[in-house]
Amino acid sequence: MEATIHMIILSMLLAVAIAIVRIKDLFAVVMLAGIYGLLSATFFVLMDAMDVAFTEAAVGAGISTLLMLTALSMTGRYASTGSSYKPLLALGLVVFTGAMLIFGTTDLPSIGDPQSPVNTHVGYDYLATTPEDIDIPNVVAAVLASYRGFDTFGEVVVIFTAGIGVLALLMRTPLNTSAVASMRDHVVLRVVAKMLIPLILLFGLYVQFHGEYGPGGGFQAGVIFASAFFLYAMLFGLGAARKVINMTLVRLLSALGVLIYGSVGLVSMLNGHNFLDYNALAANPIDGQHYGIILVELGVGITVASVMIIIFFTFSSRSQNEGDSD
Amino acid sequence: MLTHYLSWGLLVLGGFLCVSGAIGLLRFPDFFTRMHAASVTDTLAAGMIMCGLMLQAPSWIVFAKLVMILVFILLTAPTSGHALAKAALHSGMKPLLPDSKHAQGGL
Repeated sequence: MEATIHMIILSMLLAVAIAIVRIKDLFAVVMLAGIYGLLSATFFVLMDAMDVAFTEAAVGAGISTLLMLTALSMTGRYASTGSSYKPLLALGLVVFTGAMLIFGTTDLPSIGDPQSPVNTHVGYDYLATTPEDIDIPNVVAAVLASYRGFDTFGEVVVIFTAGIGVLALLMRTPLNTSAVASMRDHVVLRVVAKMLIPLILLFGLYVQFHGEYGPGGGFQAGVIFASAFFLYAMLFGLGAARKVINMTLVRLLSALGVLIYGSVGLVSMLNGHNFLDYNALAANPIDGQHYGIILVELGVGITVASVMIIIFFTFSSRSQNEGDSD
Repeated sequence: MLTHYLSWGLLVLGGFLCVSGAIGLLRFPDFFTRMHAASVTDTLAAGMIMCGLMLQAPSWIVFAKLVMILVFILLTAPTSGHALAKAALHSGMKPLLPDSKHAQGGL
Protein backbone atom coordinates (compact mmCIF):
# COMPACT_ATOMS: atom_id res chain seq x y z
CA MET A 1 0.00 0.00 0.00
CA GLU A 2 2.72 2.42 0.99
CA ALA A 3 4.73 1.49 -2.09
CA THR A 4 1.68 2.25 -4.25
CA ILE A 5 1.36 5.72 -2.74
CA HIS A 6 5.07 6.30 -3.30
CA MET A 7 4.70 5.27 -6.94
CA ILE A 8 1.70 7.58 -7.44
CA ILE A 9 3.45 10.60 -5.90
CA LEU A 10 6.67 9.96 -7.81
CA SER A 11 4.76 9.66 -11.12
CA MET A 12 2.96 12.92 -10.32
CA LEU A 13 6.37 14.52 -9.68
CA LEU A 14 7.56 13.26 -13.06
CA ALA A 15 4.41 14.57 -14.81
CA VAL A 16 4.84 18.00 -13.18
CA ALA A 17 8.52 18.08 -14.19
CA ILE A 18 7.66 17.29 -17.82
CA ALA A 19 4.93 19.95 -17.78
CA ILE A 20 7.47 22.49 -16.44
CA VAL A 21 9.78 21.71 -19.35
CA ARG A 22 7.03 21.86 -21.99
CA ILE A 23 5.09 24.97 -20.94
CA LYS A 24 6.18 28.36 -22.33
CA ASP A 25 4.05 30.49 -19.96
CA LEU A 26 6.46 31.22 -17.11
CA PHE A 27 3.65 32.13 -14.68
CA ALA A 28 2.26 28.59 -15.04
CA VAL A 29 5.80 27.23 -14.71
CA VAL A 30 6.26 29.02 -11.38
CA MET A 31 2.94 27.65 -10.11
CA LEU A 32 3.91 24.14 -11.25
CA ALA A 33 7.23 24.52 -9.43
CA GLY A 34 5.24 25.28 -6.27
CA ILE A 35 3.16 22.14 -6.85
CA TYR A 36 6.40 20.21 -7.36
CA GLY A 37 7.63 21.46 -3.97
CA LEU A 38 4.36 20.48 -2.29
CA LEU A 39 4.45 16.99 -3.82
CA SER A 40 8.06 16.56 -2.67
CA ALA A 41 7.01 17.62 0.83
CA THR A 42 4.24 15.00 0.77
CA PHE A 43 6.76 12.40 -0.30
CA PHE A 44 9.10 13.36 2.55
CA VAL A 45 6.19 13.03 5.01
CA LEU A 46 5.61 9.50 3.72
CA MET A 47 9.31 8.79 4.30
CA ASP A 48 8.87 10.01 7.93
CA ALA A 49 11.28 12.93 7.35
CA MET A 50 9.13 15.57 9.04
CA ASP A 51 11.75 18.31 9.33
CA VAL A 52 12.78 17.97 5.68
CA ALA A 53 9.12 17.96 4.62
CA PHE A 54 8.50 21.11 6.66
CA THR A 55 11.48 22.85 5.06
CA GLU A 56 10.42 21.75 1.60
CA ALA A 57 6.85 22.99 2.14
CA ALA A 58 8.02 26.34 3.51
CA VAL A 59 10.89 26.95 1.08
CA GLY A 60 10.09 24.93 -2.05
CA ALA A 61 6.34 25.46 -2.19
CA GLY A 62 6.14 28.75 -0.31
CA ILE A 63 8.84 31.32 -0.46
CA SER A 64 10.66 30.29 -3.63
CA THR A 65 7.37 30.52 -5.53
CA LEU A 66 6.91 34.05 -4.21
CA LEU A 67 10.49 35.05 -5.05
CA MET A 68 10.17 33.60 -8.56
CA LEU A 69 6.91 35.51 -9.09
CA THR A 70 8.72 38.69 -8.04
CA ALA A 71 11.54 37.88 -10.44
CA LEU A 72 8.93 37.22 -13.14
CA SER A 73 7.56 40.73 -12.77
CA MET A 74 11.06 41.92 -13.77
CA THR A 75 11.59 39.64 -16.77
CA GLY A 76 8.21 39.23 -18.46
CA ARG A 77 5.84 36.35 -18.65
CA TYR A 78 6.78 34.25 -21.66
CA ALA A 79 9.92 32.26 -22.38
CA SER A 80 11.99 33.80 -25.15
CA THR A 81 12.52 31.80 -28.33
CA GLY A 82 14.67 34.44 -30.02
CA SER A 83 18.08 34.10 -31.66
CA SER A 84 19.82 33.31 -28.36
CA TYR A 85 17.65 30.22 -27.96
CA LYS A 86 19.98 27.25 -28.52
CA PRO A 87 18.33 24.15 -27.08
CA LEU A 88 20.71 21.50 -28.43
CA LEU A 89 23.69 22.28 -26.21
CA ALA A 90 21.46 22.50 -23.12
CA LEU A 91 19.68 19.29 -24.09
CA GLY A 92 22.99 17.47 -24.50
CA LEU A 93 24.18 18.73 -21.11
CA VAL A 94 20.93 17.68 -19.42
CA VAL A 95 20.98 14.22 -21.01
CA PHE A 96 24.63 13.77 -19.99
CA THR A 97 23.99 14.89 -16.39
CA GLY A 98 20.85 12.76 -16.18
CA ALA A 99 22.71 9.69 -17.46
CA MET A 100 25.46 10.30 -14.88
CA LEU A 101 22.88 10.61 -12.10
CA ILE A 102 21.10 7.42 -13.15
CA PHE A 103 24.48 5.69 -13.32
CA GLY A 104 25.14 6.99 -9.80
CA THR A 105 21.92 5.49 -8.45
CA THR A 106 23.25 1.97 -9.18
CA ASP A 107 25.67 2.52 -6.29
CA LEU A 108 23.00 3.65 -3.82
CA PRO A 109 21.83 1.23 -1.13
CA SER A 110 18.14 0.31 -1.19
CA ILE A 111 15.77 2.05 1.24
CA GLY A 112 16.12 0.69 4.79
CA ASP A 113 19.19 -1.41 3.96
CA PRO A 114 20.80 -2.25 7.36
CA GLN A 115 24.26 -2.39 5.71
CA SER A 116 24.05 1.10 4.20
CA PRO A 117 26.49 3.75 5.51
CA VAL A 118 23.61 5.70 7.07
CA ASN A 119 22.69 2.75 9.26
CA THR A 120 26.18 1.51 10.07
CA HIS A 121 28.09 4.77 10.55
CA VAL A 122 26.89 7.52 12.92
CA GLY A 123 23.09 7.42 12.55
CA TYR A 124 22.48 4.99 15.42
CA ASP A 125 25.11 6.76 17.56
CA TYR A 126 23.17 10.01 17.30
CA LEU A 127 19.88 8.25 18.12
CA ALA A 128 21.46 6.51 21.10
CA THR A 129 23.42 9.40 22.58
CA THR A 130 20.96 12.28 22.04
CA PRO A 131 18.85 11.52 25.17
CA GLU A 132 21.88 11.51 27.51
CA ASP A 133 24.12 14.08 25.77
CA ILE A 134 21.58 16.71 24.75
CA ASP A 135 18.23 15.60 26.15
CA ILE A 136 15.86 17.09 23.58
CA PRO A 137 13.09 15.07 21.93
CA ASN A 138 13.79 16.10 18.31
CA VAL A 139 16.93 14.23 17.27
CA VAL A 140 17.00 16.11 13.96
CA ALA A 141 17.45 19.40 15.83
CA ALA A 142 20.19 17.80 17.94
CA VAL A 143 22.07 16.56 14.86
CA LEU A 144 21.57 19.79 12.95
CA ALA A 145 22.44 22.28 15.68
CA SER A 146 24.83 20.40 17.94
CA TYR A 147 26.48 17.28 16.45
CA ARG A 148 26.72 18.87 13.00
CA GLY A 149 26.76 22.49 14.17
CA PHE A 150 29.69 23.37 11.96
CA ASP A 151 27.86 22.24 8.78
CA THR A 152 24.84 24.31 9.74
CA PHE A 153 27.12 27.28 10.35
CA GLY A 154 28.28 26.84 6.75
CA GLU A 155 24.67 26.81 5.53
CA VAL A 156 23.88 30.03 7.37
CA VAL A 157 26.95 31.67 5.86
CA VAL A 158 25.79 30.51 2.40
CA ILE A 159 22.38 32.15 2.93
CA PHE A 160 24.05 35.32 4.22
CA THR A 161 26.30 35.34 1.13
CA ALA A 162 23.25 35.00 -1.11
CA GLY A 163 21.75 38.08 0.53
CA ILE A 164 24.99 40.01 0.07
CA GLY A 165 25.15 38.90 -3.56
CA VAL A 166 21.64 40.16 -4.30
CA LEU A 167 22.46 43.46 -2.59
CA ALA A 168 25.74 43.85 -4.45
CA LEU A 169 24.07 43.25 -7.81
CA LEU A 170 20.85 45.17 -7.39
CA MET A 171 21.23 47.69 -4.57
CA ARG A 172 22.46 50.60 -6.66
CA THR A 173 19.10 51.11 -8.33
CA PRO A 174 17.43 54.12 -6.72
CA LEU A 175 14.35 53.14 -4.79
CA ASN A 176 11.05 54.24 -6.21
CA THR A 177 8.15 53.49 -3.94
CA SER A 178 5.76 56.21 -5.04
CA ALA A 179 4.40 54.40 -8.10
CA VAL A 180 3.52 51.22 -6.27
CA ALA A 181 0.21 49.55 -7.00
CA SER A 182 -1.05 48.74 -3.55
CA MET A 183 -4.22 46.70 -3.61
CA ARG A 184 -6.33 49.44 -2.08
CA ASP A 185 -9.57 48.28 -3.65
CA HIS A 186 -9.31 44.66 -2.54
CA VAL A 187 -11.13 45.00 0.76
CA VAL A 188 -11.65 41.31 1.43
CA LEU A 189 -8.02 40.45 0.81
CA ARG A 190 -6.80 43.26 3.05
CA VAL A 191 -9.13 42.38 5.92
CA VAL A 192 -8.21 38.69 5.82
CA ALA A 193 -4.51 39.53 5.51
CA LYS A 194 -4.75 41.80 8.54
CA MET A 195 -6.22 38.90 10.49
CA LEU A 196 -3.63 36.44 9.23
CA ILE A 197 -0.38 38.43 9.51
CA PRO A 198 -0.20 38.35 13.34
CA LEU A 199 -1.03 34.63 13.28
CA ILE A 200 1.71 33.97 10.72
CA LEU A 201 4.25 35.87 12.84
CA LEU A 202 3.12 33.97 15.94
CA PHE A 203 3.39 30.65 14.10
CA GLY A 204 6.89 31.61 12.97
CA LEU A 205 7.92 32.23 16.58
CA TYR A 206 6.34 28.92 17.61
CA VAL A 207 8.27 27.04 14.94
CA GLN A 208 11.45 28.85 16.00
CA PHE A 209 11.27 28.07 19.70
CA HIS A 210 9.53 24.71 19.45
CA GLY A 211 12.20 23.31 17.12
CA GLU A 212 13.82 21.28 19.89
CA TYR A 213 10.55 19.49 20.66
CA GLY A 214 8.91 19.04 17.26
CA PRO A 215 9.61 19.53 13.57
CA GLY A 216 10.87 23.00 12.87
CA GLY A 217 13.73 25.28 13.71
CA GLY A 218 15.49 28.39 12.52
CA PHE A 219 15.34 27.80 8.77
CA GLN A 220 11.59 27.14 8.58
CA ALA A 221 10.79 29.83 11.15
CA GLY A 222 12.82 32.46 9.31
CA VAL A 223 11.02 31.71 6.05
CA ILE A 224 7.57 31.79 7.68
CA PHE A 225 8.38 35.01 9.52
CA ALA A 226 9.56 36.68 6.30
CA SER A 227 6.49 35.55 4.36
CA ALA A 228 4.27 37.62 6.68
CA PHE A 229 6.21 40.71 5.55
CA PHE A 230 5.86 39.65 1.91
CA LEU A 231 2.10 39.36 2.36
CA TYR A 232 1.98 42.84 3.86
CA ALA A 233 4.08 44.32 1.05
CA MET A 234 2.01 42.66 -1.66
CA LEU A 235 -1.32 43.86 -0.29
CA PHE A 236 -0.49 47.30 1.06
CA GLY A 237 2.21 48.31 -1.42
CA LEU A 238 5.96 48.64 -1.11
CA GLY A 239 5.71 52.18 0.23
CA ALA A 240 3.65 51.14 3.25
CA ALA A 241 5.91 48.13 3.84
CA ARG A 242 9.02 50.30 3.72
CA LYS A 243 7.59 52.40 6.52
CA VAL A 244 7.35 49.24 8.64
CA ILE A 245 10.74 47.82 7.70
CA ASN A 246 13.98 49.70 8.16
CA MET A 247 16.20 48.20 5.45
CA THR A 248 19.43 49.24 7.16
CA LEU A 249 18.29 47.45 10.29
CA VAL A 250 17.36 44.33 8.28
CA ARG A 251 20.84 44.32 6.70
CA LEU A 252 22.42 44.60 10.14
CA LEU A 253 20.16 41.79 11.41
CA SER A 254 21.18 39.48 8.58
CA ALA A 255 24.78 39.86 9.74
CA LEU A 256 23.79 39.66 13.40
CA GLY A 257 22.39 36.14 12.99
CA VAL A 258 25.70 34.84 11.61
CA LEU A 259 27.49 36.78 14.35
CA ILE A 260 25.39 35.14 17.09
CA TYR A 261 26.10 31.70 15.64
CA GLY A 262 29.84 32.31 15.37
CA SER A 263 30.02 33.93 18.80
CA VAL A 264 28.49 30.87 20.45
CA GLY A 265 31.29 28.85 18.89
CA LEU A 266 33.91 31.36 20.02
CA VAL A 267 32.59 31.40 23.59
CA SER A 268 32.96 27.63 23.79
CA MET A 269 36.51 27.96 22.42
CA LEU A 270 37.37 30.63 25.01
CA ASN A 271 36.13 28.23 27.70
CA GLY A 272 38.71 25.70 26.57
CA HIS A 273 36.47 23.41 24.49
CA ASN A 274 36.17 22.84 20.75
CA PHE A 275 34.46 25.35 18.42
CA LEU A 276 30.66 25.01 18.86
CA ASP A 277 31.01 22.54 21.75
CA TYR A 278 28.02 23.72 23.78
CA ASN A 279 28.98 21.72 26.87
CA ALA A 280 31.18 24.71 27.76
CA LEU A 281 28.30 27.18 27.94
CA ALA A 282 27.00 26.22 31.40
CA ALA A 283 28.16 24.33 34.47
CA ASN A 284 25.84 21.45 33.61
CA PRO A 285 26.70 20.13 30.08
CA ILE A 286 23.06 19.38 29.20
CA ASP A 287 22.02 22.93 30.12
CA GLY A 288 24.92 24.16 28.00
CA GLN A 289 23.65 22.11 25.04
CA HIS A 290 20.16 23.59 25.46
CA TYR A 291 21.49 27.18 25.61
CA GLY A 292 23.73 26.55 22.61
CA ILE A 293 20.98 25.04 20.45
CA ILE A 294 18.48 27.79 21.27
CA LEU A 295 21.03 30.56 20.55
CA VAL A 296 22.25 28.95 17.35
CA GLU A 297 18.71 28.38 16.05
CA LEU A 298 17.91 32.00 16.90
CA GLY A 299 20.90 33.11 14.83
CA VAL A 300 19.75 30.92 11.93
CA GLY A 301 16.20 32.29 12.15
CA ILE A 302 17.31 35.93 12.22
CA THR A 303 19.65 35.54 9.25
CA VAL A 304 17.18 33.54 7.13
CA ALA A 305 14.28 35.93 7.79
CA SER A 306 16.30 39.08 7.07
CA VAL A 307 17.99 37.68 3.95
CA MET A 308 14.57 36.65 2.57
CA ILE A 309 13.22 40.14 3.28
CA ILE A 310 16.30 41.71 1.64
CA ILE A 311 15.95 39.57 -1.50
CA PHE A 312 12.22 40.20 -1.83
CA PHE A 313 12.41 43.95 -1.32
CA THR A 314 15.43 44.42 -3.56
CA PHE A 315 13.74 42.44 -6.35
CA SER A 316 10.36 44.09 -6.06
CA SER A 317 11.58 47.70 -5.74
CA ARG A 318 13.70 47.10 -8.83
CA SER A 319 10.79 45.74 -10.83
CA GLN A 320 8.81 48.86 -9.90
CA ASN A 321 11.61 50.96 -11.38
CA GLU A 322 11.78 49.11 -14.68
CA GLY A 323 8.17 50.02 -15.25
CA ASP A 324 7.64 47.26 -17.80
CA SER A 325 5.14 45.42 -15.68
CA ASP A 326 2.01 46.17 -13.78
CA MET B 1 -18.09 3.61 18.73
CA LEU B 2 -20.60 6.18 17.47
CA THR B 3 -17.86 8.76 17.05
CA HIS B 4 -15.85 6.18 15.15
CA TYR B 5 -18.58 5.66 12.55
CA LEU B 6 -19.37 9.38 12.44
CA SER B 7 -15.72 10.14 11.84
CA TRP B 8 -15.45 7.61 9.02
CA GLY B 9 -18.68 8.91 7.51
CA LEU B 10 -17.26 12.43 7.47
CA LEU B 11 -13.94 11.26 6.03
CA VAL B 12 -15.59 9.28 3.23
CA LEU B 13 -17.98 12.14 2.42
CA GLY B 14 -15.04 14.57 2.38
CA GLY B 15 -13.10 12.25 0.10
CA PHE B 16 -16.09 11.94 -2.21
CA LEU B 17 -16.42 15.73 -2.38
CA CYS B 18 -12.68 15.98 -3.21
CA VAL B 19 -13.10 13.56 -6.11
CA SER B 20 -16.30 15.21 -7.36
CA GLY B 21 -14.60 18.62 -7.08
CA ALA B 22 -11.72 17.37 -9.20
CA ILE B 23 -14.12 15.96 -11.81
CA GLY B 24 -16.04 19.25 -11.80
CA LEU B 25 -12.81 21.16 -12.27
CA LEU B 26 -12.18 19.18 -15.43
CA ARG B 27 -15.71 18.96 -16.82
CA PHE B 28 -17.55 22.20 -16.01
CA PRO B 29 -18.10 24.53 -18.97
CA ASP B 30 -16.60 27.88 -17.93
CA PHE B 31 -14.12 29.44 -15.54
CA PHE B 32 -16.56 30.40 -12.80
CA THR B 33 -18.31 27.05 -12.52
CA ARG B 34 -14.91 25.34 -12.44
CA MET B 35 -13.83 27.70 -9.71
CA HIS B 36 -16.97 26.76 -7.80
CA ALA B 37 -15.94 23.10 -7.94
CA ALA B 38 -12.45 23.98 -6.71
CA SER B 39 -13.82 26.12 -3.87
CA VAL B 40 -16.12 23.33 -2.70
CA THR B 41 -13.08 21.07 -2.48
CA ASP B 42 -11.16 23.75 -0.60
CA THR B 43 -13.80 24.55 2.01
CA LEU B 44 -16.44 21.85 2.45
CA ALA B 45 -14.35 18.78 1.63
CA ALA B 46 -11.34 19.96 3.61
CA GLY B 47 -13.62 20.97 6.51
CA MET B 48 -15.32 17.56 6.55
CA ILE B 49 -11.99 15.73 6.51
CA MET B 50 -10.75 17.96 9.34
CA CYS B 51 -13.92 17.31 11.39
CA GLY B 52 -13.56 13.59 10.75
CA LEU B 53 -9.98 13.70 11.98
CA MET B 54 -10.99 15.77 15.00
CA LEU B 55 -13.37 13.02 16.12
CA GLN B 56 -10.42 10.61 16.06
CA ALA B 57 -8.00 12.95 17.84
CA PRO B 58 -6.11 11.04 20.53
CA SER B 59 -5.57 14.08 22.77
CA TRP B 60 -6.85 17.60 23.30
CA ILE B 61 -3.68 19.18 21.93
CA VAL B 62 -4.15 17.38 18.59
CA PHE B 63 -7.80 18.42 18.60
CA ALA B 64 -6.83 22.05 19.21
CA LYS B 65 -4.26 21.97 16.41
CA LEU B 66 -6.85 20.53 14.00
CA VAL B 67 -9.30 23.29 14.99
CA MET B 68 -6.62 25.89 14.24
CA ILE B 69 -5.91 24.33 10.84
CA LEU B 70 -9.66 24.31 10.11
CA VAL B 71 -9.98 28.00 11.03
CA PHE B 72 -6.98 28.79 8.83
CA ILE B 73 -8.49 26.89 5.89
CA LEU B 74 -11.89 28.54 6.37
CA LEU B 75 -10.17 31.95 6.32
CA THR B 76 -7.83 31.43 3.38
CA ALA B 77 -9.76 29.18 0.95
CA PRO B 78 -12.77 31.49 0.40
CA THR B 79 -10.40 34.45 0.21
CA SER B 80 -8.34 32.85 -2.53
CA GLY B 81 -11.53 31.89 -4.35
CA HIS B 82 -12.74 35.48 -4.08
CA ALA B 83 -9.41 36.84 -5.35
CA LEU B 84 -9.44 34.42 -8.26
CA ALA B 85 -13.00 35.33 -9.31
CA LYS B 86 -12.25 39.05 -8.97
CA ALA B 87 -9.09 38.75 -11.05
CA ALA B 88 -11.04 36.86 -13.72
CA LEU B 89 -13.80 39.51 -13.80
CA HIS B 90 -11.23 42.33 -13.96
CA SER B 91 -9.49 40.73 -16.91
CA GLY B 92 -12.78 40.72 -18.80
CA MET B 93 -13.99 37.15 -18.37
CA LYS B 94 -17.80 36.91 -18.36
CA PRO B 95 -19.74 34.09 -16.73
CA LEU B 96 -21.45 31.72 -19.15
CA LEU B 97 -25.17 32.35 -18.79
CA PRO B 98 -27.92 30.11 -20.22
CA ASP B 99 -29.80 32.85 -22.15
CA SER B 100 -26.84 34.84 -23.48
CA LYS B 101 -25.98 33.48 -26.89
CA HIS B 102 -22.70 35.36 -27.31
CA ALA B 103 -21.28 35.04 -23.82
CA GLN B 104 -17.52 34.67 -24.05
CA GLY B 105 -16.86 32.53 -21.03
CA GLY B 106 -14.70 29.47 -20.87
CA LEU B 107 -11.02 29.08 -21.41
